[in-house]
Amino acid sequence: MGIFSFFRSRQEPRSASLAKERLQVLIAHERSDRDGPDYLPMLKQDILDVIKKYVAIGEDQVVVQLDSQENCDVLELNITLPDGTEISPKDDPKQSAAKTAKKSRVT
Amino acid sequence: MTKTIVVTSGKGGVGKTTTSASIATGLASRGFKTVVIDFDVGLRNLDLIMGCERRVVYDLVNLVNQEASLHQTLIKDKRVENLYILPASQTRDKDALTIEGIARVMHKLKKSEFDYIICDSPAGIEKGAKMALYFADEAIITTNPEVSSVRDSDRILGILQSESRRAKMNDDPVKEHLLITRYNPGRVQEGQMLSVDDIVELLAIPLLGIIPESPTVLDSSNAGKPVILDQTSLAGQAYSDAIDRLLGESKPHRFMEIEKKGFLKRLFG
Repeated sequence: MGIFSFFRSRQEPRSASLAKERLQVLIAHERSDRDGPDYLPMLKQDILDVIKKYVAIGEDQVVVQLDSQENCDVLELNITLPDGTEISPKDDPKQSAAKTAKKSRVT
Repeated sequence: MTKTIVVTSGKGGVGKTTTSASIATGLASRGFKTVVIDFDVGLRNLDLIMGCERRVVYDLVNLVNQEASLHQTLIKDKRVENLYILPASQTRDKDALTIEGIARVMHKLKKSEFDYIICDSPAGIEKGAKMALYFADEAIITTNPEVSSVRDSDRILGILQSESRRAKMNDDPVKEHLLITRYNPGRVQEGQMLSVDDIVELLAIPLLGIIPESPTVLDSSNAGKPVILDQTSLAGQAYSDAIDRLLGESKPHRFMEIEKKGFLKRLFG
């Protein structure tokens, strides 16, 4: 610290406070995943298995997330159906045109 | 009663091995029979930091596989009484370790009346790191004042709370200690580095110590001598303070502020 910085005002943008804010958000989010109910992975697997009976779908195409809000928990299912999916039980050919990104919310 | 302490962090390069070496040396110089185990199978480095790299004959994997006895495997430190090093294997990989095998080693160490077993964890959250923390009674979470290190520390805390033996057996939880390493109070004051208070608030675990960034740490590893043996060094003194706190003494934290400079020094740097 030399003669110039001695007289300069110290009020520059503080990267440390930015780091702290980012970490606060991130750590809270990651802890909520980690502290979520034990059944969540099993629930996800079951949902995936049911969908797989009808549509060829990958593990990462079903996102199950539990968020806590003020007075209720929101279970969000985000299922991405691939283009031109074949439905294995051949009874309803129209549904094979199911397009991407169907979102359903269960509260 | 043997106490097992894991030194862990998730992230690599934050000072786990440096810390393991100094904590083990510090405990042994207070008269406790101490062994420090390198769990980084395939990338052993504790031997180098402890300065015993040329004395390694058998290693942890030999011991786990019952190819060598405990007596043959332990390296007795030449500087400090009561201090032993258990090196990792350099030629094998982490799959060579099993919980059952490590359990046998821990049992033997307990029977040999060790007071402290210090487990130097490898980086990451894979098998080696999980093995290192499995038997822990206490954990020293080594964290740098830097975003990725803090995030990874929180992740490893989650693993400690769910995958350690104590967690699985529904025993009392592993006692957690935060050790902040490579701390630079000057940069904290300039607002460029997360402060001790920030990190304690984020991770929400008790603070064991603050190790200031210091050139003597590199000097010590160059020489193969744990930095705690250099009591002229601030880092060495900080590790000594941490040992006191680990043993239950309450000591005010030092090295949080930059040393006061006189007016002329402030003016001309």
